[in-house]
Amino acid sequence: MPNPLLPIRISDLRLIKGDRPVLGGVDLMIDTPGITVIMGPNGAGKSLLLRCLHGLIKPDQGHITLGQLKVPESRSWQAMVFQQPVLLRRTVLQNLAFAAPEIAKSSPQRLLQALDAVNLAELVNQPARMLSGGEQQRLSLARALLSKPALLLLDEATASLDPASVLLIESLLKAQSAHGTKVILVSHDQGQARRMADEVVFISNGQVAEQGPAKEFFTSPETPMAQAYLAGELLF
Amino acid sequence: MDSLVEAFRLIITLDADLFEILWLSVRVSLVALFISAIIGLPLGTWLAIAQFPGRKFCILLLNALMGMPPVVVGLMVYLLLSRSGPLGWMGLLYTPTAMIIAQVVLITPIIAALSNQVIEHLHQEYSDTFYSMGVTGRRAVAAYLVDARYALTTCILAGFGRAIAEVGAVIIVGGNIDHLTRVMTTAIALETSKGNLTLALALGAILLTLSLLVNALVIGVREYAAKRQYA
Repeated sequence: MPNPLLPIRISDLRLIKGDRPVLGGVDLMIDTPGITVIMGPNGAGKSLLLRCLHGLIKPDQGHITLGQLKVPESRSWQAMVFQQPVLLRRTVLQNLAFAAPEIAKSSPQRLLQALDAVNLAELVNQPARMLSGGEQQRLSLARALLSKPALLLLDEATASLDPASVLLIESLLKAQSAHGTKVILVSHDQGQARRMADEVVFISNGQVAEQGPAKEFFTSPETPMAQAYLAGELLF
Repeated sequence: MDSLVEAFRLIITLDADLFEILWLSVRVSLVALFISAIIGLPLGTWLAIAQFPGRKFCILLLNALMGMPPVVVGLMVYLLLSRSGPLGWMGLLYTPTAMIIAQVVLITPIIAALSNQVIEHLHQEYSDTFYSMGVTGRRAVAAYLVDARYALTTCILAGFGRAIAEVGAVIIVGGNIDHLTRVMTTAIALETSKGNLTLALALGAILLTLSLLVNALVIGVREYAAKRQYA
């Protein structure tokens, strides 16, 4: 079944903070399924672009369409996992039940299966905010996946997590992508991008500097900025 | 010293007059607290998350009303309920109901303003996630109230503390009538002015104990919430 939110078209997207343009006319087309990793130096505008895609920030100018939908209408097809997991002050299971009240009512077993998938089945009755950082992020991902989103956005979701949690989250994302969910991931971690990406979008100074299949990007980046970034140089 | 011993005797022998005053005080304050919580909690929550012109002014007003002098509240409620006032036909002046109304006017802004601060803080943390999950309107308000339950409990207890210790408003609208509207604070004021320190001291001791209990409860609730990361 084709993904209803593809292709994603972003045209002339501009966002100004204070006097400074933080997104300076982004033009981007994402039409392939799989995992797209957005990379770029600090302050390039990666997270802002992701937040615009999700509708958390209204751009000053430009258009975003996802399939036939515009941003606010497409929200119910999307889910987002943030860098800092925000969990309710309730138990692990109650966090999932709150995110999907219909499922909690009709088939509560699915909530337990979702927890099992992220290795949290034994912690169902724990206060969610007492979990470790990795466990909290796994719970956030389980919560996001409950709605079976067509588009899953992740903003540095595995930054500073333990390797076991990163591995589990990456394998879940790959499985989700294989089932047809479009995954867009903002990451600083080149290793993760190499492991995960089917496509890379490289952003620099609030604009798309380069876009292409991951293999090509990592073997022969076209722009000097991307070359310097991959060489580990400090960019600002 | 004799007064102190006698006051202690009144308490341990469960003196009827003393406990009648105590019971009325607690009853009036609890009913007022219940009504104020029903109004104040959703109001504070709504003001924390709604976006409309004049919202900041409403919050400013609420904060200002927190410090409203009780005698002014008493006077306003008196004018409202007095025979020539707009609600005079109800015949509520000098009844426990009038005292409840005065206390509601006094403590609703306290509960609303304190809960507004609590929920505003929570809203900053939750708003992106709630947007992402499509949680809006009443569902969001209910979620905030549930998730801030421990912090809100301390707001409510602060309201109770204010209500039970209040004297200025209830003496104006209640009249301090024996066996009808005499509560602990008004009785203490009266008995002290009469020189009857025994009853005043006994009531003072009970009031102090209640205040200590409320504060202990606030600390206990905070510690429990912090331990479970629910604060």
